[in-house]
Amino acid sequence: MFEILKRQEMADGTVVMNEISAPLIAKKAQPGQFVILKANETGERIPLTMADTDPKKGTITIIYQVVGKSTNLFKSLQVGDHFQDVIGPLGKPTHLEKLGTVICVGGGTGVAVLHPITRGLKQIGNRVIAIIGARTKDLLILEDKMKVASNELHVCTDDGSYGHHGFVTDKLKEVLEKEDVKLVVGIGPVPMMKFVCKVTEEYGVKTLVSLNAIMVDGTGMCGCCRVSIGGKTQFACVDGPEFDGHQVDFNELMQRLDAYKTEEAIAMDKYSCECKAAG
Amino acid sequence: MVEGKTKKEKMPRQPMPEQEAEIRRRNFKEVPFGYTRELALKEASRCLQCKNPSCVEGCPVSVDIPGFIKLITEGEFTKSIRKIWERNALPAVCGRVCPQEAQCEGNCILGKKDDPVAIGNLERFVADLEREKGTGELPPKAAPTGKKVAVVGSGPSGLTVAGDLILKGHDVTVFEAFHKPGGVLVYGIPEFRLPKEIVYSEVNFLERLGVKVECNNVVGRTVSLDELFEQGYDAIYLGVGAGLPRFLNIPGENLIGIYSANEYLTRSNLMKAYLFPEYDTPIVKGKNVAIFGAGNVAMDSARTAMRLGADKVRIIYRRSKEEMPARAAEIHHAEQEGIEFYLLTAPTRFLGDDKGRVTGMECIKMELGEPDDSGRRRPVPLEGSKFQLECDLAVIAVGAGANPLLTRSTDGLKLNKSGYIITDPATGKTSKKGVWAGGDIVTGSATVILAMGAGRMASDSIHNYLTLGW
Ligand SMILES: Cc1cc2nc3c(=O)[nH]c(=O)nc-3n(C[C@H](O)[C@H](O)[C@H](O)COP(=O)(O)OP(=O)(O)OC[C@H]3O[C@@H](n4cnc5c(N)ncnc54)[C@H](O)[C@@H]3O)c2cc1C
Ligand SMILES: Cc1cc2nc3c(=O)[nH]c(=O)nc-3n(C[C@H](O)[C@H](O)[C@H](O)COP(=O)(O)OP(=O)(O)OC[C@H]3O[C@@H](n4cnc5c(N)ncnc54)[C@H](O)[C@@H]3O)c2cc1C
Ligand code: SF4
Ligand code: FES
Repeated sequence: MFEILKRQEMADGTVVMNEISAPLIAKKAQPGQFVILKANETGERIPLTMADTDPKKGTITIIYQVVGKSTNLFKSLQVGDHFQDVIGPLGKPTHLEKLGTVICVGGGTGVAVLHPITRGLKQIGNRVIAIIGARTKDLLILEDKMKVASNELHVCTDDGSYGHHGFVTDKLKEVLEKEDVKLVVGIGPVPMMKFVCKVTEEYGVKTLVSLNAIMVDGTGMCGCCRVSIGGKTQFACVDGPEFDGHQVDFNELMQRLDAYKTEEAIAMDKYSCECKAAG
Repeated sequence: MVEGKTKKEKMPRQPMPEQEAEIRRRNFKEVPFGYTRELALKEASRCLQCKNPSCVEGCPVSVDIPGFIKLITEGEFTKSIRKIWERNALPAVCGRVCPQEAQCEGNCILGKKDDPVAIGNLERFVADLEREKGTGELPPKAAPTGKKVAVVGSGPSGLTVAGDLILKGHDVTVFEAFHKPGGVLVYGIPEFRLPKEIVYSEVNFLERLGVKVECNNVVGRTVSLDELFEQGYDAIYLGVGAGLPRFLNIPGENLIGIYSANEYLTRSNLMKAYLFPEYDTPIVKGKNVAIFGAGNVAMDSARTAMRLGADKVRIIYRRSKEEMPARAAEIHHAEQEGIEFYLLTAPTRFLGDDKGRVTGMECIKMELGEPDDSGRRRPVPLEGSKFQLECDLAVIAVGAGANPLLTRSTDGLKLNKSGYIITDPATGKTSKKGVWAGGDIVTGSATVILAMGAGRMASDSIHNYLTLGW
């Protein structure tokens, strides 16, 4: 059993942070890797990236957006409660390399996934320019941490309620115009990653993205997470989750993420009713 | 006695009582009900107690078949199950899933003229009786040796090794990547063929003997083999199965509604998607379903789709009926449940709609040519025979490969060109000191009993090593 040691709500309660006791995983985890969590006996296996780890304390930190049944169920867990199952570390770690100037672009909850990568890239000697964004000020997460993890931070909001008024891609273009950039890492909602790649393709800058395909086992045994990379099928859980963004078939990924729309709505309705009934 | 003898010759093979096809095709309850005591006694009385029993030769682990059957006729059911346990630790499982027609029953002398003794049904009968009504008394254990063994993978092969070595006094821990133990018995084979409760009761039996089972541990990721040695394990057994799905590699395969059998069955069995929304994991419920392949995995997928409410389920197979690798009982059950067989047919591409969902496929007819490496006649496409079929769910069950997750992250482990672990055929030893392997990760997808046989062989060798040296 995996106990929740710390819990914090962010972005108006739409995002939750949990620090979980998982000593074996904490010891092995590297930036870019994820875990699969299952809350209880009837639960689903949900992949979440480790936003942080503390090998000494034996803990991992996850930061997730509350979207459907499973993440709502996760949100209901308090300090002292347990996840029944946590499996990991899974996926390939981010390949951290000293290149020069790099840009880390994050949107929404993607910033949580981006944070350890940003920190890692800076630690090995890159000059890291971070660009993070959210729809509106209240939904922005991890601004302070990203400031520390990078050399230069730009914040954008779609509605202009904070920082630059506009999309992260606008800011990205601006920076690419001025700087000699060796690598862009873009993590966020799929449409955002798609547009980041469109921009960087124009500038011919290599771009890494992290693909959140639907998963079951996370160990390469089912093929649920298959994505098309340069026309070839790969498994996001073992061959990724990071891929060369210019090779990714984002449209296929977006469609596959909608595979269970109907079922997700049924599960969420049932859960809301049960919560209401329970008071 | 003379009277008894004539009775013996006349007694027909006792059929297994089972759920009606019309009813069972829509539920997940086990299909056969099992023999009653009466039926078991009748069936057991058919055995001739051969001096040189050919059935035993057909059994990969050489169960003393006439021996356990004789004990049934004497009403000594506990002694009978003990007799089986001497060679086979999972009889309730094997009685249900072994391809008896190709093994013991295929060799039974009665089968020459008549129907063979229903050995599998009898094995199942005594095993179920013991589980449900037995004393639960544990077999004696040797004194502790102080040696630690890690078993990686909790499928039939790993469980066999764990059971053997715990009885020999070693300290055994099983590491399992999934959140539940049992391997294919739990994630692959459906409830209606092998109730999960049986597998858990077998695992529970091992735990009562002192075996530790650690789930959620992906060896190679959570912990490496070298780290296990550092932690003080003296020997490691790898029984990680053949967990890599094979796809058809044809256009359109990533459309929504196309699953590997591994994914489809894992969702339904391990995650209990057939109970959605009581359980959270969803599954695509097709009305018009196409299953590719004709082994046990394909039959299980087809019958699962039928139970999830399909109107039409087709098995699409590129060879003919004779080449279908599934157990005879599975093909028979599938036919009874209304599964259709499209033989000598192969898909060439999938068709989808603008939302990326599968709507159908294009197929081509095949004819059988010269025999290939497997000795089966090779299917050859018939020119100009392309046609289209509709489907809203497709499951690809054309075999599995070796999952590289553990093997590739382990130094010093020799693999063959397909990625399976190379072992000494007489001991199960790998090229890495202190490491054994067996089951599907060595042979490629095979059977439960062969995986168990490999486990038995390796556990003997591990025991020798722990007491005598490498
Ligand atoms: C490698 C990886 C890392 C991820 N890291 C994070 C993270 O750090 N923070 C975060 O907020 N989210 C992350 N996600 C996404 C997260 O897994 C989904 O938001 C979550 O599964 C939604 O579940 P739900 O039941 O609450 O919502 P649902 O209502 O069930 O689904 C909402 C959306 O989530 C996706 N989804 C549903 N089930 C799964 C599943 N089993 N696996 C993957 N996606 C699914 C679907 O595409 C769906 O459109 C990650 C996904 C992957 C694959
Ligand atoms: C749907 C289906 C139906 C079948 N029907 C029959 C049948 O009717 N009769 C029959 O005889 N055979 C049947 N088989 C074949 C039979 O189930 C297998 O041959 C047998 O289970 C192989 O046993 P194993 O112990 O080698 O591996 P598995 O049963 O595959 O178990 C391996 C275990 O190791 C775990 N594992 C993998 N990697 C790691 C890791 N890195 N760390 C920790 N754990 C790991 C896996 O999660 C799994 O639990 C069927 C197979 C399938 C898929
Ligand atoms: S071959 Fe048939 S009749 Fe002879 S001992 Fe075996 S089961 Fe009995
Ligand atoms: S999630 Fe099953 S193969 Fe990736």
